[in-house]
Amino acid sequence: MRKVLQQLKQYKRDTFLCIGLTALEVIMEILMPFVTAIIIDRGLEASNLPVVYRYGALMVGMAFLSLIFGALAGKNAASAASGLSANLREAIYANIQTFSFSNIDKFSVPGLVTRMTTDITNVQNAFMMVIRVAVRAPLNLIFSFAMCLIISPHLSGMFLIAVVFLVIVIGSIMVVTLKIFRQVFRRYDDLNASVQENVTAIRVVKAFVREDYENLKFSKASKMLYDLSVKAEGLLAFNNPAMMVAVYFCIISVSWLVAQFIVGGSLTTGDLTSLFSYIMSLLMSLMMLSMVVVMISMSMASIRRISEVLNEKADLTDPEDPVMTVADGSIDFNHVNFSYKHGSGKNSLSDIDLHIKSGETIGVIGGTGSGKSSLVNLICRLYDVDEGSVCVGGVDVRKYDTEVLRNQVSVVLQKNILFSGTILDNLRWGNPDATEEECIEACKAACADEFIDRMPQGYETRIERGGSNVSGGQKQRLCIARALLKKPKVLILDDSTSAVDTATDASIRAAFAKQIPGTTKIIIAQRVSSVEASDRILVLDDGRIDAFDTHENLLKSNVIYQEIYNSQLEGSGDFDQPA
Amino acid sequence: MSDKMNEKKSESRGNTAMKLISRVIRYMLHYYKYLFLLVIVCILINAVTTVVGATFPQTLVDDYITPMLASGSRDFSGLAADLVRLACIMAVGVVAAFAYNRIMVNVSQGTMLHLRDDLFRRMESLPIKYFDTHAHGDIMSVYTNDVDTLRQLLSQSIPQIINSVITMAATLVTMIVLNPALTVISILTAVVMLLVTSNFSKLSGRYYIRQQIDLGAVDGFIEEMLDGQKVVKVFCHEEAAMKDFHEVNERLRNSTNKANRYANLLMPINANVGWISYALVAIVGAILGINGLAGVTIGTVVTFVGLNKSFTNPITQVSQQINFVVNAAAGAQRVFDLMDQEPEVDDGYVELVNAKEDENGNLTESPVRTDLWAWKHPHKAEGTVTYRKLEGGVVLDDVDFGYTDDKIVLHNISLYAEPGQKIAFVGATGAGKTTITNLINRFYDIADGKIRYDGININKIKKPDLRRSLGMVLQDTHLFTGTVMDNIRYGKLDATDEECIEAAKLANADGFIRRLPDGYNTMLTGDGANLSQGQRQLLAIARAAVADPPALILDEATSSIDTRTEKLVQAGMDALMKGRTTFVIAHRLSTVKNSDCIMVMEQGRIIERGTHDDLIAAKGKYYQLYTGNFAD
Repeated sequence: MRKVLQQLKQYKRDTFLCIGLTALEVIMEILMPFVTAIIIDRGLEASNLPVVYRYGALMVGMAFLSLIFGALAGKNAASAASGLSANLREAIYANIQTFSFSNIDKFSVPGLVTRMTTDITNVQNAFMMVIRVAVRAPLNLIFSFAMCLIISPHLSGMFLIAVVFLVIVIGSIMVVTLKIFRQVFRRYDDLNASVQENVTAIRVVKAFVREDYENLKFSKASKMLYDLSVKAEGLLAFNNPAMMVAVYFCIISVSWLVAQFIVGGSLTTGDLTSLFSYIMSLLMSLMMLSMVVVMISMSMASIRRISEVLNEKADLTDPEDPVMTVADGSIDFNHVNFSYKHGSGKNSLSDIDLHIKSGETIGVIGGTGSGKSSLVNLICRLYDVDEGSVCVGGVDVRKYDTEVLRNQVSVVLQKNILFSGTILDNLRWGNPDATEEECIEACKAACADEFIDRMPQGYETRIERGGSNVSGGQKQRLCIARALLKKPKVLILDDSTSAVDTATDASIRAAFAKQIPGTTKIIIAQRVSSVEASDRILVLDDGRIDAFDTHENLLKSNVIYQEIYNSQLEGSGDFDQPA
Repeated sequence: MSDKMNEKKSESRGNTAMKLISRVIRYMLHYYKYLFLLVIVCILINAVTTVVGATFPQTLVDDYITPMLASGSRDFSGLAADLVRLACIMAVGVVAAFAYNRIMVNVSQGTMLHLRDDLFRRMESLPIKYFDTHAHGDIMSVYTNDVDTLRQLLSQSIPQIINSVITMAATLVTMIVLNPALTVISILTAVVMLLVTSNFSKLSGRYYIRQQIDLGAVDGFIEEMLDGQKVVKVFCHEEAAMKDFHEVNERLRNSTNKANRYANLLMPINANVGWISYALVAIVGAILGINGLAGVTIGTVVTFVGLNKSFTNPITQVSQQINFVVNAAAGAQRVFDLMDQEPEVDDGYVELVNAKEDENGNLTESPVRTDLWAWKHPHKAEGTVTYRKLEGGVVLDDVDFGYTDDKIVLHNISLYAEPGQKIAFVGATGAGKTTITNLINRFYDIADGKIRYDGININKIKKPDLRRSLGMVLQDTHLFTGTVMDNIRYGKLDATDEECIEAAKLANADGFIRRLPDGYNTMLTGDGANLSQGQRQLLAIARAAVADPPALILDEATSSIDTRTEKLVQAGMDALMKGRTTFVIAHRLSTVKNSDCIMVMEQGRIIERGTHDDLIAAKGKYYQLYTGNFAD
């Protein structure tokens, strides 16, 4: 909760202004019945018109003041609440930017989106409610009680009875219902999960003709939610009548006693009306307080979910005195062990020890899950090793400034993504200052120029969200061009030409050899043809190095390599091209 | 000119909002007509008792205090009797209040229950196309965000508004009876308040709409950027992303601020106009009372200021509800949008029934489950019914298909599958392989041509029966929350445990299931997140196996399976295929080698067809792909 409130920052002023102005508004409101008492006693009862005019005018003036205070308080409340939610979103987004890959893996994108929209909206509404009401209610309570005491100390006992009655009744209802509400929320999550399941698996449902079965399942879950909600809200239904009992109790007892006091001469008729007003506002503020409690506890779940992201610490941090230059493109793995879940005992990479010279072209091949992607992800420090070390240019990657390292080690990820914007915009992710010529040159090397040229607006063509208006192969080529623009010392292609036909694949590799001979190139591929021309080929199996040699030697000696090679020769190779 | 246009627009928006709200209310009344009537009666009783309570000070002052003060009498017995009577009336009021609060819980929660169930039922009946064209997050948010806005409307706003209106009416009547002159002031105030409320809620409503749009923009931005967050990291693009985010976020903050600012103004304005009206009534009342005009007594004024408060308070309260109502209208729009979607049409009349075959080979319908299935084909013209054995023969005759009318993705597809044959489709992603299989089970309807199943046009077969006769293992495996056993049983709900285990054995899944912590009783959650892709695939095969359909569609997974599991999956599929008409979408050529016919697809057309040997001999595309021998 504190973490969330810290995000108020520049809106603290608005918050306090709102609270202060609300307090002023409440004071005005509290004084109103007091003035009405004067109007009645000294004006009406005494048939004194000037008093009525004077205090009537005072009342109108106070109402205007109260209106101004209230309006300003409302304005500040709106600005504070919307500011808080904007800051929260920004803080979460900023924190996500510091996340490492393993942090990102932990939260799902829909989960993060819900946190940044629905949850924050909940908190925003609760916050606004709290700063407007949480001040008003107790102040009202205290002032009203004080005014009652001033008017008639004898009667305050009655109010005390009413207040104690309400506190006990509403309090116990709250305690019980909040407990039930917590279950209700859990059921809600279950219900949503089941909707989600049906939305994503609708083809399975339809293929097996299970619509009725799913309907029944959903009805049951929905009925359970209904039963619990009715139980919780059924209890809440006591709130209003309890409040009425308290009010009526006060009206009757006050009527009885006040009649005697007035006749006895210790109270006036005006006191009677203001007493009634104060009773109402006293009890109303109790109701408001109970509402605030409900609001806060309902938004508690959202607060918790938001804090989870805010508290998530990036597990990769820059060293204190980082190395700012990368000497060359040599890469060394020194007995590296790595697992995605630290200490799970299931290593994704075990005892990797390999040394790559600057400017070499290395092919990496192996089955799914053999650790190819994990291996290259360590080079640009997308994850940290568990044991051993990875060095680029002779320096441990953990000693570099991350930005420097990643600018020199350019990865084309397996699951690659283009963003909405023009082709040039996307290319300039690689280098914001790249000229159009440089972009075109990079696209030529990546064999992307040919299809971009054919597009109606060429390099200014807009890419739709997720690159949905270009084909898989075109997307991959654009991603390669984007990575080339970094002019890196190490270029890693993680299965990045799988959707590109063999001929283009070959000409991209030829362009690499010609244009960036000094860059170390690591190519992960499924096709032997993509890697056979490499200086050396790394064969991975189950997270271990099985062999590291030239195509010719591997073909002679390595069983796995032979198997893959033969299978692709014989045609049990992949017919389809993974998207 | 443009102002007028805007006004018209917002007016029509106001109208649709009213229409939506009234539709919600009609929906509620459909289920809870009498209960809701009871609620209104209780509210009425409660309002009357409230007014009685509010007028009591007049009785107190005029009938007791003033005479007593004048006479100096100390006899309170009359007052005591009156108070007891009042207490009884109030008790009735409390009971009525409790009754309507409590009944309303059932009404509102019950309406929500029906609404959710109806929504879900409608959703299940929608064609696949709907799910293709709507973001899943959007559909989800109907259940979470939108239905929730209606809860507020039903459980709070509607009773509150009814209560307020009735209280106002009752108070108004009392006021008129008490003193028509003073009533005018109250009515004038009420008009001012109503004007303020309607104007400000229009203003804030405009910004609420903008807020929803901006919220959508933020939502979209986050989704796109977080989807590509790994790319953002690799390119050290964090700062630029922050800057872009700041822009959309700032826009949202702005519209939220404005929407709430105007909404927040309502309460202070209305409450204080209420006080001003209080002062006016007091002043005018005093003038009249002191001058003895219009029959005003001090007691009248004292009561009247109180009544005036109960008359204006409801307006303040209703104005607090306006936001919820506006919000609910937006929610209702989306809820009804989903509710009004056209369900999948099914004009089929041919049914799948259990059958018996007598010694002459004639089929008759059987009431009990037999191993024999037949198509029951009523002929309306002749009024006869014929039975035809379910065998699993599928014919596609010159089929064209497009997901949208203007873009045909499958052209002139013809194929003939004899019962028991294995037909394979090969080709690159996007060539249309999966689409063909989706036409056979009528996930989509064809644009042109005919598909026949056992000689019957599939458009004549009831969709559920058609789909029941076709087993499917889909490319993306989806599992449901529940035990492993539950998931296998999904294929045939009345399958015994033994049948399920048998199916798992057939699919090669038994081995890994037994190694799971609770074996067949292991709970699966989150789409089987605790299983590997290969294991999920095996379960999906077992699920299809237990259904034991005469025809099968197997869409192999493209990736993420290691070579060892792949062999297991392959073996499972092979076992399942035995003796069934099978359509295989294959990615590894070794799978399709033994097919009766292989269709090579490219861009929505079958470019080559034949057995493996035929195709190799033809030296076409298949040959190239198979030998890896590309003509450069």
